[in-house]
Formats: sequence, structure tokens, C-alpha cells
Amino acid sequence: MQSRRVFLKNGAFALVSLGFAPSFVARTAYAQGRARAKQLITIFQRGAVDGLSVVVPFGDSEYYRARPSIAIARPGANGDGTGEAVDLDGFFGFNPRLRPLKHFWDERTLAIVHACGSPDATRSHFDAQDYMETATPGVKSTQDGWLNRYLRARAAAPASPSVGAPGPGSPFRAVSLTPQLPRMLQGSAPALAMNQIGQFGIRGGMGGDSVGASFEAQYAAAADRILGGTGRDAFDAMKMLKVADPARYQPENGADYPRSPFGQALRQIAQLIKAEVGLEVAFADIGGWDTHVNQGSSQGQLANRLDDFARGIAALVTDLGRRMADTVVLTMSEFGRAVRENGNRGTDHGHGNAMMAIGGSVRGGKVYGRWPGLSVEQRYDRRDLAITTDFRDVFSEVVVRHMGVRDPRPIFPGYDVNFAKFPGLFA
Amino acid sequence: MRIRTTRAVLCTVATALATSLVLSGAPAPTSRIPNDDQTIGHVLNRLGFGARPGDVERVRAMGVDRYIDEQLHPERIGDPDVERRLAGLTTLKMSSRQIAEEFEIPQLQARRTARQAAAKSGDKDGGKREENPRPDPEMQRRANSPLVELSEQKILRAVYSTHQLQEVLVDFWFNHFNVDARKGADRFMLTEYEREAIRPHVFGKFRDLLEATAKSPAMLFYLDNWMSADPEGPHVERQAPRVVRGPFGRPFLVEPQRMARQNPNAPKGLNENYGRELMELHTLGVDGGYTQKDVTEVARAFTGWTIQNPRMGGGYRFEPRLHDTGQKVVLGHVIKAGGDESDGRQVLDILARYPSTARFIATKLARRFVADTPPPDLVDRVAARFTETNGDLREVTRAILTSPEFVSADAYRAKVKTPFEFIVSAVRGTGAEIEDARPLVRQAQEQGMPLYQCQPPTGYKDTADAWVNTGALVGRMNFALSLASNKLRGIVVAQAPQSAWDLVTGELSESTRATIAKATSAPQVAALTLGSPEFQRR
Repeated sequence: MQSRRVFLKNGAFALVSLGFAPSFVARTAYAQGRARAKQLITIFQRGAVDGLSVVVPFGDSEYYRARPSIAIARPGANGDGTGEAVDLDGFFGFNPRLRPLKHFWDERTLAIVHACGSPDATRSHFDAQDYMETATPGVKSTQDGWLNRYLRARAAAPASPSVGAPGPGSPFRAVSLTPQLPRMLQGSAPALAMNQIGQFGIRGGMGGDSVGASFEAQYAAAADRILGGTGRDAFDAMKMLKVADPARYQPENGADYPRSPFGQALRQIAQLIKAEVGLEVAFADIGGWDTHVNQGSSQGQLANRLDDFARGIAALVTDLGRRMADTVVLTMSEFGRAVRENGNRGTDHGHGNAMMAIGGSVRGGKVYGRWPGLSVEQRYDRRDLAITTDFRDVFSEVVVRHMGVRDPRPIFPGYDVNFAKFPGLFA
Repeated sequence: MRIRTTRAVLCTVATALATSLVLSGAPAPTSRIPNDDQTIGHVLNRLGFGARPGDVERVRAMGVDRYIDEQLHPERIGDPDVERRLAGLTTLKMSSRQIAEEFEIPQLQARRTARQAAAKSGDKDGGKREENPRPDPEMQRRANSPLVELSEQKILRAVYSTHQLQEVLVDFWFNHFNVDARKGADRFMLTEYEREAIRPHVFGKFRDLLEATAKSPAMLFYLDNWMSADPEGPHVERQAPRVVRGPFGRPFLVEPQRMARQNPNAPKGLNENYGRELMELHTLGVDGGYTQKDVTEVARAFTGWTIQNPRMGGGYRFEPRLHDTGQKVVLGHVIKAGGDESDGRQVLDILARYPSTARFIATKLARRFVADTPPPDLVDRVAARFTETNGDLREVTRAILTSPEFVSADAYRAKVKTPFEFIVSAVRGTGAEIEDARPLVRQAQEQGMPLYQCQPPTGYKDTADAWVNTGALVGRMNFALSLASNKLRGIVVAQAPQSAWDLVTGELSESTRATIAKATSAPQVAALTLGSPEFQRR
């Protein structure tokens, strides 16, 4: 802690003397021989997205029997490439609104895990989100989220010890671009929730700056170990953000973020990563997936949500550019939806679903997981897509192979983490 | 600082007293608690939500001992101000059924109508309509209003009630038996839950509190016991049509073989959630000495404890057709085969009397009132008091508040306030007038502690590590600024206290005093005090 503070002070000094130098922190860290920091961006699709309409199993004929009015047409069905699935591997295809992500599939940095999910049978959004965020399906009393346990595991045993670099102690180590800290990040390791990174600071009014300086002086001198230390971190963080200057941010590589709250959340995550403030895990969520009525197919309600989702992620990955070598974007949703469409041209709560992982180190261009089939006997409870990959196998592989955790067991209590069961998303 | 100088003597005397007490089983005497202002400030911070202007003087005049005794008997003092302030919140006195009928069902019906209309128009344009039927915002606001009113109530009572200890304990026990409003029908069940299952028992017997929560529709729904059934039970074997909850909670009959198709969430088998949390969180504690086998046995005992009709705000009911009538063995106690609702009650008897429960409850209460890691001697004595009084919560609470550890130097400012405690104590300290409590409800949410919306059944944590982080501190400093400068709509600080001492009722560090000395106005003094490290503790 102390050494980091010294570093930050020196850092601020260096910024002043060198002028605007956003990669300063990183260069210093690398100069000390530290392994390049890895980042994980988790995206939660709250409300249970219909995975069968996202990554469409057009090769399973049962799909079209079960969904007479909302199925996505086979690639080539319309002859003109519109309104039909975008072929991925001859069996699965993207919903056409996911076309912005096809580029990453083609360059093999985007992987899909299908028929993936929780072994717990619940069809309650509330409980299933809880289980996915705590990674303890069936156990409600787990107090912390799995990403928070990751932060703790890493704080306890750094993969590559470094002196004075931001990282384990940075106030921006874990950031959620949401009003509330999500369950996944709750726990004893510090994590920040912010709607707008520009709003992280002491608000003006009543002599704003001088009051802020007074607070800073109080906490700087506080003998109170817990509050003093955290208070000093808070003021360090405000300074770091000031240097990063959120108002002036320009996305790179022609990235075009949607103006939606989701798009703006991702834009700010990219900004924090580029500001080199020690961000390690980030979280964003996107809702509107609970499509019981008039789900639509290649157009309509679900397609519009997918449009925002895909364009946002495509902008993020484009904007991060070469930094994607050290970053993984992981998407998830609490459960999938029933195989058969319901009487309202929608879908009801189901079971298995599709997850996506994007990143330079991801072995992409492949749909992972055994396909269980969609016929009635092959379904879970005779109604839903069955699960052939436990979501914890995906989480634990990301944590081990990407983030570099050696012992993931404390992160997934009660689960027999078995490297042999990893889907193989990383080399 | 008498609190420090008298500590050694006090500890010796009181420990001796306490030891002799345990041996003799005599009623607890009041310990001789010093009556200096700093001690009074400490007591007001622990028994309640901090001092309001005039409180220190009042307690000084009556003596700390008498104040504690008064707080342990709220029935002896009136609370007219709170009654007046709550009078406008009409849902507070309603039953869950009334709330469901007036607020929930109209919204569900409107949504169904909208859905049918959407499906119809979808037929016309081939399902390609872009819009999903959006809930009417006014309707939604109305449906949320019972929870909003309940939250306003919580703030208003905490700020203004003369029954401060009672409000602290209602908060504590609700959190102990936590239910999250965001889980389905629970959003309109918590008014009744807090009012009838929690509040009446905080100075009563633990066993009664336990059964009140076990039978509350809120808990039955939250931890899924309402749909737990004997998988071999008569509801399966007889192949008789049975009642299932429809989309509106309306009961209708279905053949058992069709149940899975009709309603995948209908009772199908044993659900262990309640059984597990009952032992892990409500009674024994995680290391309380039970096994997975006990969890299953307890869950079997509670099959049939269900809800008449959750979506309609129905009440508790025992349904014999869901009940597993076989023999159960819980923590070595045999519950004979052929029982009914009594199986569950026997489990509650066993658990309430089990030594781990006394220890677990003593630890949690001592953590709330004394320190994050409570002194083991104190926990031992409080657990003993729990056992010898059969879980009399008034006496158990008294044992903590009259203990030497409670006023020891180690306990002084040992606790970091939760966001709720921080907000309420700031409003109390400034003597603010709440014209509208909703901005404060929002503040609790923004500071990471949305009222009645703690997701896990563990409740919110009561230790510093959960609440001290950079974002939270920045939020607290900003709240201090907004409150002191009258920028929170609906909260009026007519006259901010002139001195920092009046707000913290205790010493300030040199740096805090130095920054406050530079303040140029009373609101600045208040803001700098409320945002200071000292004020974050109690």
C-alpha cells in the first residue's frame, strides 16, 4: 500500500514534468519487469437472453419445428443474405444483428460456449442471477461474488510480484459501470461502482475545492488505519481520473459506440483501461432480454437488443485494439429460454444458454461444448436446452488460463475445479 | 475521558459481578456506567442512531443506566412524533393481501391486457412489431409505492423515534432473518413481514421470533419452502388433479402428469433452501454442528409449510398433501413418523434450544453493539444468558448493554457505521426536518445499502470491511456536503450545529479540528464534521 502511494505521488510528479503521458504508469511497470497486466471485462445480459436466437443451431431441424414463428432462417434461405443466420461453422449461425461481431469470429478471437449454464434447476431470474454471480449454484448464503473472490485470491498471491505498480492496490482495480455494485463484485476486496467515471469526486458548491482539500487533509492525517488508508486511496483515485480527463476521451481505430447506456458503459471501460489506472476486472450489464411476448426473429424486440449488444462490444474490442492481447470480454446470462415458442410468439424461462469470450488469447472461431440436441427427449425437463458445460468451467478457465490464477479453488467453493473439464478456450 | 480512566476498575468490578451472576442465576444488576458526555455519546450511538440536539443533555439528566433501562422498555414511553409522521403512509397498516389487491393485481392485470393486445397486433404484422408492451410508468410507480413507503418508514423511525433501541433491533433482526424485496411477490410482503413477524418479537422470545419468520409468507417465498414437497407424497401417488398457481396466482386444477408442462415451477420435490439457511443463518451458525443429512431432515420436516396463494398475498397454510410424514432425525433428536405441522415446530424447538444457537445469536448481537470481533468472554456470558432465560431477547440484549465491555475503551468508536447508520446519524445530528424521506431512501441505495433489498439471506454484513472502500467514502463526503448545504430536496437543516463536538459528541483528531477551524460557515463546519473519519464511526 505504502509503496504504491509513493509511486502514485511520483507518478503525478512525473506527469507534471513530462506533460500528458497516459501510458506512464504502464511503462514504469513494464520497466520493472512485471508481466503485462491482464484484464477481464464481464458483461451480464440480465433477464435471460434466448441463446437459441443468438447463436442459432440452424443445423438442428428440431429448432425450426419448435419455433414456427420466431426462428432465425437458415443461411441462404432468403437468397439475399438478409434476415437469416450468419453462418459460423455450418451448424451454428449468428443472429444477423450480431454481424458486427462476425469479424472477430473470422479472425479467431471470438469463441462461443453453447449449452452452457448452471446445474441448478431454478427458473427464477433472481436466484439464477445470484447463482451465476456467486458461482455457487444452489447455495444462497454465499456472501461474496466470484469476481471479488478472484480479487482476493490474487491479492493474496500475486502472480508476479512487483514493487510500486498499480494493480492489486489500485482503487480502479475492479470497476463496475453500474449504479450499484453487482453481486459478482461484492465482497471484502475493494471494488468501485460508478455510473459515470467523471462523477467520481467531491462535488462542488459550498467552496467545493477548499472543502475537498479539507477532507483530503483530514484523511491524510487520520490515525484511523482503515478509514485513513481508504480515504487517501480515494483522493489518489480522484487525481488519477483528473489526469485521465474523461471529458476529452476519443475512441481509437474508428470505434463507434452506441449512444445507449450499455454502449457508454463500455466506452468508459475502454477509457479506464487506456488510462492505465490499474483496472483488472470491469463489469457492465444490459437488460431487456425477458422476451415472453413478441420476441421477433431477425427483426423485432430481441433483435434490437442484440443490435445494441453487438455494436457495443464490437466498438469496445475495436477501440481497445492491440490491448485486446491482454483482455478478455466474457458475456453471460442467467439461463436460456424454453426450446418451444409460447402462445405469445415469445419464449419462457429455460435452462442452457450461450456464452461468448473475445480476446487476443482466446482460441476463437469455434463453438465449444457438446451439443445436446433439441428434440423433446434430449431436452432438460423435456422442455429446455440441456447443459453440457457448467458455467464454472468457463469462469475457472478464464481465471486460470487468462488471469493467471494458479489455484482457483478458493474462487469456486464447493466446486471440483478440474482443468480437464475446461472447454479449452485458451491455448 | 473518564471512559478510559475508569475502565480498569470498572472491568474488574463488573466481571466479578457477571461471573457471580452466571453462577447464581440472579437478575442482572445495572452496572455503574460513567455519566460523562463522551460515554453518553457512545451509548446514543450504540443503542440508537446517534444523538439528536438535546439528547445528550436529556441522558445526562436521567443517567445512562436509566436511559438503557428505558430503551429496553419502549412500551413505557410514548412516540407521538413518529406516529404523526407515519400517519400519511397508508400502506404500513395493510395486510399483504390488501396490498396485493390494491397495488399488485391491478398492475398484473394491466400487463396481461397489454400482453394480449400485443400478441394480437403481433398476429397482424407477423410478429415483427418492434415494441414490447411496456408497463405503464404510473402503474409501476403505484405498484412500487408499498416498498417505498416501507423504506420511508424505516428512515423516519430511525431518525425520530424515541424507541431508538427498538429500531436498532428491528433493523438487526430483519437483517438476521433477511428477505429481499426484489424476489417476486416478496416486494409486497415485507410490510406485513416486518410489522408482524419481526417487530413484535425483538424484546420477546427468540423461539417466537423464529416461528413467526418460519410461517411468514415472505420467508416461505424467499427461501422457496412454499414449494417444497415430499417427492413421494400423495400429491404424486394419487394422480389426483391438484391446485396450481396460474399466471395471476389464480388457482386452477391440473392433472399431475401435465404439471411439468403447465408450470415448471410447481412443487415437484424437496427444496432444501429453507432448511439449510434456517440452521446456517437463523440459528446454529455455519459451524454450528449440523450435517447435510440434518439439512435434508429439516427440509423434510417443513414440507407442507406453504402459502395459500403467493401472488394474491395469501397467508401461511399447512398443506398435508405436500408433507413428508416419515420419521426424521434432526441433530440426534427423533421426530416420530406420522406427524404433521408439528414436525416443523419440533425442529424449531430443537434449534432454539441448541447451544450453538445461543452462541451464534450472542456473537451477532455483541458484534452489533460492541465490536466487529466481540470479546469472547462477553459472548460466553451473553450466550449463557440466552440459555438460562430461554432466549429472552430483552434480557440477552440487556446483558450486552450493561456489560463492562460495552463501555470499554476498546469498544469506543470500534464500529464503522453502515451507510444506513451514517445517513440516519447525520440527519439526527443536524436536527434536520424530513419533509420527504425518499431522497434519503435513494441515498441508502446510492451508498450501496438499498433498504429491504439485500440479496443474500445472510443480510448485510456488520463489519467494517464491507463498508469501507473508496467509492463509499467519496459518497459519504458528498452526502455530508449536500445535507449540510441543504441541497437534498425534502430535508431541511434549519440551523446547523455551530460546533463539531455537538455532532460527534466526542474527541476529534488534530487534523480534523484544524480543517474545521478554517471553515467559514456553520454549514461548512457541519459538512466537514459529517464527512470526517471520526463521524464514520460509532
